[in-house]
Order: sequence, then structure tokens, then C-alpha cells
Amino acid sequence: MTYFRGVIFFMEKLVPAKERLLKSQKNWMNGEVRGKIIVFICAIIMISATIAITIFLGTKGLQSFIKNGVSLIEFLTGKQWNPSDQAKPQYGALPFIFGSFTVTFLAALIAAPLGIGGAIFMTEIAPSWGRKILQPVIELLVGIPSVVYGFIGLTVLVPFIRVHFGGLGFSLLSGMIVLSIMILPTITTIATDAMSSLPKTLREGSYALGATRWQTIRKVLIPAAIPSLLTAIVLGMARAFGEALAVQMVIGNVKTMPHSILDASGTLTTIITLNMGYTTFGSPENNILWSMGLLLLIMSFAFILLIRYLSSRRKI
Amino acid sequence: MVTEMKDYTPNIEVQKENILNVNNLEIFYGEKRAVNGISMDIEENTITALIGPSGCGKSTFLRSINRMNDLIPGAFAKGEIIYEGLNILSNNINVGALRKEIGMVFQKPNPFPKSIYENITHALKFSGLKKKSQLNEIVEESLTKAALWDEVKDRLHESALSLSGGQQQRLCIARTIAMKPTVMLLDEPSSALDPISNAKVEELIVELKNDYSIVIVTHNMQQASRISDKTAFFLNGDLVEFDQTEKIFTNPSVKKTEEYISGRFG
Ligand SMILES: Nc1ncnc2c1ncn2[C@@H]1O[C@H](COP(=O)(O)OP(=O)(O)O)[C@@H](O)[C@H]1O
Ligand SMILES: [Mg+2]
Repeated sequence: MTYFRGVIFFMEKLVPAKERLLKSQKNWMNGEVRGKIIVFICAIIMISATIAITIFLGTKGLQSFIKNGVSLIEFLTGKQWNPSDQAKPQYGALPFIFGSFTVTFLAALIAAPLGIGGAIFMTEIAPSWGRKILQPVIELLVGIPSVVYGFIGLTVLVPFIRVHFGGLGFSLLSGMIVLSIMILPTITTIATDAMSSLPKTLREGSYALGATRWQTIRKVLIPAAIPSLLTAIVLGMARAFGEALAVQMVIGNVKTMPHSILDASGTLTTIITLNMGYTTFGSPENNILWSMGLLLLIMSFAFILLIRYLSSRRKI
Repeated sequence: MVTEMKDYTPNIEVQKENILNVNNLEIFYGEKRAVNGISMDIEENTITALIGPSGCGKSTFLRSINRMNDLIPGAFAKGEIIYEGLNILSNNINVGALRKEIGMVFQKPNPFPKSIYENITHALKFSGLKKKSQLNEIVEESLTKAALWDEVKDRLHESALSLSGGQQQRLCIARTIAMKPTVMLLDEPSSALDPISNAKVEELIVELKNDYSIVIVTHNMQQASRISDKTAFFLNGDLVEFDQTEKIFTNPSVKKTEEYISGRFG
């Protein structure tokens, strides 16, 4: 059998270098270009969808400030929420902004140590059986729909808190517990990936210097993985910030500022989902909900920027 | 009657054809120049060794010969490398086709996480070779040439990652051979291997000289003097001296070369 150097395309005859090595129309029309076009189209669709949503949300969300004359300061700092009042509508969204942030941070406060601890357990302490047990648990947690989380929270958690801690039961505390369980898989999964992608040589380097397992984890592995671990936490927080359904079922959805962790509260997302059905499109009450949506979008951009910043610090 | 036969054999070695002509090659990483305008001719069926201290630009030069530096953002080359009458640095080169003719083996064995068999057929398949019988034939032929056939012929469908480091490296050489290249570029191919694997790879490289033109980067002076025909000494991006290996190692013309070879720096 004869086939010639490198160029298996041209099996029978040796083709001059010019035809073998120069880019030609034929090369142009082969899979290379087709692949490029497909990928390009995918990218363009994604980009235009994102841009379209952003523009739509931007224009809708700014209506209340431009057309309806709502003051941005009032929106961001006012505590009175009464958009449907005919005589004197009030648009203070601070209680919801506060509610969103508080419940998100509290949820992260619980889920981050749990998730990172679980990740360390799976990768460092018991990589064989620990992973075998925890991995399916986490996958299961991801698969449960938010309405089920909310339902369990509503029937188990809310009465439990009412009985044992006082208050209505519908509270920041319930919201934060439900959310923390919901974002746990996100944090655990990303943290596990981060820990297990650390090079083996790093561990060996530390052990070879006589470090114990715990010293290695604390002084070498966690610091090396910290940017990815922070990314995991921020991604979990972004998810918590945007979650509406489950939170809405347990948090109480009041318009007032919570004063303790046992007080009921509202969040940007819950107010949007609760009110969007009752307001007419284009009305000031409706527009202000779009403004809240825009605020959520801006926050998610902020989360993304934060993630980017954190992961860029990786390159040390 | 005895007539005196005239000896026509020239004293100097028979001049081999040049396979690559490098003219005034400069290579940059962004602002930084890593290779400063070197010129050299690389001969056919010859082992050309590139030696020099770390960071002097050997790998950079080697990787420019099959345009691997294209993969590094910000890297670009000036000057020319002529191969078969074409400047392979020019934009209209189909780098895929070029790399099939100018193959490369890396310092760390990098087999694909596939079977031994598939490691060889991988590139053949996407080059359009589909026939099972042909593929089998090439697998055997290239593994044999890479002196690996006897060791793996019973486990062709096992993972390539189950091979030892030395075997993996010979597999990488075999998969390059399977493409029937004209030139093989080897970047410290045995520096990650144990002495026995190293010896095997060296032996293999000398063997391959009959079919291919080989350019090899090595850190190991003994290796360069043992296997190469010509040696190029690089220093800080300059080509300091390029000559017959014997000359370089016994009687170099440049003082720096002598100092490096005798281990006074580097
Ligand atoms: N990807 C890269 N980006 C920027 N500079 C590089 C890169 N690769 C190599 N260099 C620089 O180019 C010079 C030559 O490197 P290299 O060719 O790898 O040296 P050698 O192989 O001789 O040890 C070095 O100074 C190195 O720092
Ligand atoms: Mg190198």
C-alpha cells in the first residue's frame, strides 16, 4: 500500500507542495468552515437574546422614572410601598431590596461552610465512599423543583419556627433556611470541582514536607482553591437572589422592613411574582415592578463582575 | 595487471539536500523577542540537535517550524522558513496540512485518553483514511517502527494511559510516524523518561533518521553528541554556532560554545 507523507488525502500521486500546503477553496468548504459558521450562529443567537432582554428590561424598567416621575431616590431608599394608592402612591422598595440582600447573605452564610465542608469531605477526607454517598444526594437536591422546597418549608419549617421560636413562622429565618438548602448543591458542586482540579503534586509537595492532612487542607489546598471557592459562593448567592417561588411561600411577603430574623419580610422577586398578575400592563404599578426587575438584572451583572474579578485573581 | 584505481570519493561528506532553509527568523511573544534573526539550513535524513541553556529559544524556534506558535496569543514570526519552495510562515499556508508533514513530539508524553489503537488512528481517520484493513496495517507498521509493537500487540485496545512513560512517548512517536511526515520535531523527547526508556527512544530516533529529517531539542549534551549529526548552539535567542556535531563537541569555533559544552555555564 502506498500513501504519501502526511497527505493521506492524495493517496495515489504525490501532489506538488503548492497544492498540498496552501489554503485552497477546497479547504475552505470543508468541515472547518461549516463548524465555524454553526458556532458563530449559536453565539450570535445567544448574544442577541441577551441584548434584547436587557434592552427590553432597560426601557420598561426606566419608564417609572421617566414617564411616571417616580424618584429614583425614593425607589431605592423609601420604606413606604403603596403603588396602587390612587391619591398618593408610594414607591419605596427599600424593604424588598433589604429583604433580598439579607436573605441571600444569610443563606450563603449557612450554605458556604456546609458546601465547602462537603467538598473537602468528598475530595480530601473520603474520596471513595464519601463521594459515592454525597454525590447522589447533591444531584437529588438539584433535581427537586423550587415549589417542592417551598411546600416543605411551608408545612414543616414555618409551623416549627412558629412553635419553637415565636412569631408567625413566616420569616427571614424560614426563607434563609429554604434558600440555603437550595443553593447548597451549587456551592458544593463547584467547590468539589475546584478542589479536585488542584494538581496532585500540590498535595504531595505538602505531605512530603511533613504536613498533616488537616494542615495540608487548611494551609495549601484551600488557599490554592480560594478564588474558585469564592466563585462557588457568589454563584450560589446569585441563585438565591433570583429565587422567587420557594421564598415567597415561606417569607411572609409583607411590605414592612423586618426588624428581627423572625419577622416576615418581602423580597424583590416575591413582590414581582405576587403583583404582576394584578397590575395592568403600562400602568405605574406595573412599571415599578419592571424597575424591580431591572434592579435584579443589574444585581446579577454585579454578581457576574464579582465572579470575574474573583476568578481573575486565580492567576497568581 | 593491476591498474591503480583512482579514488573519486570526496573527503568531505556527501552533501545532503536541505529540507528546510531558515532565513533571518525572528520570533516574538508580544513585545518580547525570543529568537533574534537566525539563519540555518536543515538537511534531509539528518538529526539536527538544538542545544543551549533554558529559555534561550530552542522550543520557540522548534515550534515555529510547524506553526505551533500560532496557538499562543501574541506570538508571531518574521523572516522565512522555506520548505519545498514555500515559506511556511506565510499566511496562506494550510497549517493543518503542514503539521501532517512536519510532525512534533513533546517533552511530556501526551497520549490521548483513548486506546493504544485509537491513538494511532485518531489523526488518520480525520485525514480521510477509513478502511479498517489499511488502518490496521498502518497501526502495526508505525508501532513497529517506533519499537513498540512487540510490547503492545496483545493489548492494542487497552487505554494508552496504562502504558509506562517510556512506552507512552514511543506511542506518541508512533502516532506521528503514522502520518508519514517528512520532518519530525522532537522537544526534549526523553528528558522525562528513565535511563532505559531514554536509551530506547534514542535508539529509535537514530533509526528514524533513515526515513525522516529530525530536529531535536535536548538538554543532555551526551545525547546530542551521541545521536545527532549536526548541532546548533543557541544562547539568548541567538544561534551562536551551527556545525557538524563532532566539530561542535571537539573543536568549536566560538568560545561561548566551548564554555557551554564543557559545563562552565548553563
Ligand atoms: N508562551 C510564552 N509567552 C511569553 N514568553 C514565552 C512563552 N514561551 C516562551 N517564552 C519566552 O521565550 C524565551 C524562550 O523560551 P523557550 O523557547 O521555551 O526556551 P527553551 O526551550 O530554549 O528553554 C524565554 O525567555 C521564555 O520566557
Ligand atoms: Mg524548551
